[in-house]
Amino acid sequence: MTFTFLMQNLINALQWGSFYALIAMGYSMVYSILMLFNFAHGDIFMVGAYIGLGVSLGLLSLFGTGAAAILPGWVLLVLTILISMFLTAFVGIIVERVGYRPLREAPRASAAITGLMIGIMLETGNILFLGGQRFKFPQLHQFIAHTKWGMAMRAMAYDYVVVPLVGVPMNTIAAMTFAIGSALAAAAGILFGLAYPVLDPYMGVSFGWKAFVAAILGGRGSIMGACLAGFMLGFIEIMTVPAIQIMNRLFSLNIGSNLRDLIAYSIVLVILVFRPHGLFGQAYSSKLRL
Amino acid sequence: MPLLHVTDMSHNFGGLQAVSEYNLSLDPGQITGLIGPNGAGKTTIFNLITGLYRPTKGSVRFDGEELVGKKLNETAAMGLARTFQEMKLWRHMTVLEHIKMARYSKLSYGLMGAFLGTPKRRREERKVTELAMEYLKMFAVDQVADQLVVNLPYGDQRRVEMARALVIEPKVLLLDEPTVGMTPDEMMAMIEVIRKAHERFNLAIFLIEHRLQVVRELCQHVQALVFGQVLVEGKSDEVQNHPKVIEAYIGEQEVEF
Repeated sequence: MTFTFLMQNLINALQWGSFYALIAMGYSMVYSILMLFNFAHGDIFMVGAYIGLGVSLGLLSLFGTGAAAILPGWVLLVLTILISMFLTAFVGIIVERVGYRPLREAPRASAAITGLMIGIMLETGNILFLGGQRFKFPQLHQFIAHTKWGMAMRAMAYDYVVVPLVGVPMNTIAAMTFAIGSALAAAAGILFGLAYPVLDPYMGVSFGWKAFVAAILGGRGSIMGACLAGFMLGFIEIMTVPAIQIMNRLFSLNIGSNLRDLIAYSIVLVILVFRPHGLFGQAYSSKLRL
Repeated sequence: MPLLHVTDMSHNFGGLQAVSEYNLSLDPGQITGLIGPNGAGKTTIFNLITGLYRPTKGSVRFDGEELVGKKLNETAAMGLARTFQEMKLWRHMTVLEHIKMARYSKLSYGLMGAFLGTPKRRREERKVTELAMEYLKMFAVDQVADQLVVNLPYGDQRRVEMARALVIEPKVLLLDEPTVGMTPDEMMAMIEVIRKAHERFNLAIFLIEHRLQVVRELCQHVQALVFGQVLVEGKSDEVQNHPKVIEAYIGEQEVEF
């Protein structure tokens, strides 16, 4: 049990957690305004990763690599992230416009089902057409807490009927929320692509659901909670493996590390038993509306 | 020319005729009341004027412009504000935030300002906070500016809602039962608040109210609505004592008294 082994796991946990955190924050943002989990969000993460790949390949071919490089590597990386976030934000806006806006008055279940369908469409669309850095979180928090748009997003969560009646263009706010949430997912997608250069059309499904768990764990609608819970979930998941190894060696057991998810999510379940509305969620008297 | 001019407005929900051939003309500075039994269509008329529903027929002109088909936020920005019977406050936001939110359309800083906190944004934020505090003082809720509205007593919540409606600087204010659920003392205080706002901003007010005392104190002109139609209209006393209105309120069998 060396120090470097521990450090390596810690770094992995941070990295893994940052993916969850970025995706979970997107879930929470959309939830906080529409009281609705955008179930297509995991797949927007996947789209973001692919767009990131496309943009980086495009930039590399345009500006060259190696000795002939016109722009240094870090500039290309920053450009890739910015352009991909921008493009993925557009995907988010389209999802809101086509999928959710017509259903704003409809029962929540309709919107939830629509979200799942949009997710599948994004996955199969990907198969059809392709055959297969730390984000500055404090600034997002102050955006939500203090700016006119952030205020409007929160106001929509409590009573959206009156929001336009005080002069706020509601559709702009809804689209903007989806755009920011999707841009976050794109950032996660690129970071993922950098660390694990294997993309597949279904990568958004497992990641998306786990980030959804993080959003719930953080407290529905709490963006800060989602971020922390994302890192926490990453930490629990990664650290379960060395914990299993240590247990095996100490007690000469033979627990397979493929039990990782089972153990990790049992821990999450225990936390939720004691804090049913999540780490930072407010206690709601109403039932969870999907 | 009247400031708010509704002509021949009708609306039906499915087969139900909720409002038929409704007319209203409201001059600057005028206070008109709308009374009528439950289910007469009073709130529906408010929803039609403010654009929450689209009238099946008829027109709503405000300041010479047609409102039917306009976006809700555009109507608000033109100077038409309203309150709700059930208030519709944003429960977990502070009193100050409610007022600042209503200045949304007057804030011009962009996304850069939002993320980076440019001097322009700070200047605008400071100005809007000062203005908001002024309004809160006017309604005697400045002491609780930083509290969540959900924690305020009922009467104070009502006043916050009034302040939120007035801070968009409306020319016409629609009030949907502003004293519902209030004690007699709170009611008297509310009448004073409305009167003060009316004088200070030279507002035209259109008011739904069940309590006849409020109507008598405030309104120069009253309409009585029954089954979506204006039954009687005129001076407040005349309307309230009109046999048809009494009949509509207390039901037919008791008319013989």
